[in-house]
Amino acid sequence: MSGILASMIDGLLIGSVYGLAAMGLSLIWGVMDVINLTHGSVIALGMFGMYILFAAFPVNAYFLLLPILAAGLLLGLVIYWISVHWVIGRSQLSSLLSTFAVNMMIIGIGTAIWSTSPYNVNFTLRGFTVGAYTFTGNHIAAATAAVIIALALELFLYRTRPGKAIRAVADNREAAELMGISSTMVLALAFAIGIALAASSGALVSTLFPFTILSGAGYQMKSFVVTVLAGLGKPLGALAAGVLLGLLEGAVTPFIAVSWIPLIEFGLFVVVLVAFPKGIFTRATA
Amino acid sequence: MKRLALPIFLVVALFVTTGFAQNLTLGFTVSNTGALNVDSVEQLHGFELWRDQVNAAGGIKAGGKSYKIQFVSYDDESNTKRVQQLYSRLILQDKADFLFSPYSSSLTATAAIVTEQYEKIMLTTGAAEGKTYTLGNHYLFQMFTPGAEYLKGVLDMLKTKDPKAAVAFVYEDASFSVAVVNPAKEYAQKLGFNVAFSEAYAPNTTDFSAIIDKVIASKSTVLLGGGHYADGSTLARQVYSHKVPLKMITLLVAPDSPQWGELGDAAVGVIVPSQWEPQTAFKAQYGPSGAEFAKAYTAKYNTPPSYESAGGYASGLVLQHAIEQAGSTDTAKVAAALNATDITTFYGRSKFATEANQHGLQVGHAMVLAQWQKDKSGKLVKQVVWPLAAKSANLVYPIH
Repeated sequence: MSGILASMIDGLLIGSVYGLAAMGLSLIWGVMDVINLTHGSVIALGMFGMYILFAAFPVNAYFLLLPILAAGLLLGLVIYWISVHWVIGRSQLSSLLSTFAVNMMIIGIGTAIWSTSPYNVNFTLRGFTVGAYTFTGNHIAAATAAVIIALALELFLYRTRPGKAIRAVADNREAAELMGISSTMVLALAFAIGIALAASSGALVSTLFPFTILSGAGYQMKSFVVTVLAGLGKPLGALAAGVLLGLLEGAVTPFIAVSWIPLIEFGLFVVVLVAFPKGIFTRATA
Repeated sequence: MKRLALPIFLVVALFVTTGFAQNLTLGFTVSNTGALNVDSVEQLHGFELWRDQVNAAGGIKAGGKSYKIQFVSYDDESNTKRVQQLYSRLILQDKADFLFSPYSSSLTATAAIVTEQYEKIMLTTGAAEGKTYTLGNHYLFQMFTPGAEYLKGVLDMLKTKDPKAAVAFVYEDASFSVAVVNPAKEYAQKLGFNVAFSEAYAPNTTDFSAIIDKVIASKSTVLLGGGHYADGSTLARQVYSHKVPLKMITLLVAPDSPQWGELGDAAVGVIVPSQWEPQTAFKAQYGPSGAEFAKAYTAKYNTPPSYESAGGYASGLVLQHAIEQAGSTDTAKVAAALNATDITTFYGRSKFATEANQHGLQVGHAMVLAQWQKDKSGKLVKQVVWPLAAKSANLVYPIH
């Protein structure tokens, strides 16, 4: 197997997790017009959630995603009522500042509890080897879990009444309310789902790499890039854009130093913003 | 009675200043949080053990007085900005008499700017980068062997085992590791090795997949590099989980920590250039023997000492020796005593360059190579494998 192919497979696997992380940001941004700056700190909370649960219940770590998703939903409702509900409909700057404040509170509390020292979830799944290259079981399981969660969200949004209500509110809030949909409940639900997705992506990352309470910031930045690539409010688009970003990283790293990757990613971010302001998938299907 | 008050006060004051020990304040920062936490806290434990033993013995005796050691320290969060603020605070507000360095070359370089500005002596430990000593500093004294020497022993050893090895350098993009790797690359080429791959990674890197794929593609057989504990342990874990076909792995700093054993099979075979190991039996002219130090440390902290711990303790010893030689705590006199220092403690020889172009650089201390091996019972232990005269076990090569 060539180095480039191996690198692209690695990129594809981690890209799925980027996609899952971005889905939460994209959903909240698309439905509520809120740029959720608690995203990174919630990803970090997901990491620590996995760490704590795995320490208490040393089973297959990926089974622990279910309680983390449930806890994420509850946390999302709490954050929504504390900081988001009151600024819905106001300028984006209000929600930006409001969620930023909550983000700083989470990081402050997290630092007090766990410090900023690195933690690990010591769980390993057997991978497979092709030639000199080995793909770890954890990467494969994390990517698979990310795809399953993304598909479940897609089914929820398109096949269930609450999901359809979320899409209706995203499309036209006033019209949805005229049809009897409680936009407040729907917005709270959408925010909670976005937070649960962010927490679950953090939980998946924790099975791959060491982390600190500050580790979410990097994934938040990648989530912005993926969201801009995919366009707002498109969960499967976010997953696809995440995979695309991972593949891009995998394709270029054999030729350049890894430390140049952020430059390429954010260069792409600017290009997409200018050339495809509604995202590359929106443009393709328009 | 009022007329007697002043004479009584003076007598009591005289009694206090001559009959009881005075306090000597040592200031430093510790990375209680952040990426440097593991190594920095081990260094702190070395400082603390030295302080406790000196104070238990009545303090440092100089010029007919006894000085009890008291520490003032803060958490620098592994952050250079904090170091700059906190060393100013240690000098200006806390009135530290002497300073120890923070852990790591980059934090120390920042602290050195402040300590030199205020003409305060700082013994640097856990900081091997040598460039700081070429800047014309007068009050900076280095305990660690400089970075340029770190990987030379590994390459010499490799030359005897496998002169056709293909070498990959994968290292943290930080002042210490760059100062180690750049001269090592030149030395590797001088020895005739094929340097098949070389890349620095950002200090906060957690995903090494892309770099590991490149190492495999380069067909390197030996990996040298790393940086500090957080990145080094992550790199070793991922090299192991990706089953990279390497015959030898040498990483800076991280494998010296007793915590390294917690990596399990990923730890096996990894080599660390070490400033000190418990097996290195230097005949101490001053202070405890290596065995005494290791025993006291293990009893206090319930873990064996790393070389960061030994460096911390030895910094205290060397400062104590200099104060005793100076017979004073006056900065100029102690600096002169440090300039004249040439002693062997349990940690090895300590001698500082006095030339203006490298003042304070460590020129007396030598390093060893330690490798994590499994003993007969299957327990992971660190063995000294180089130089051959100091070895406690044979080098395991190749590791797989």
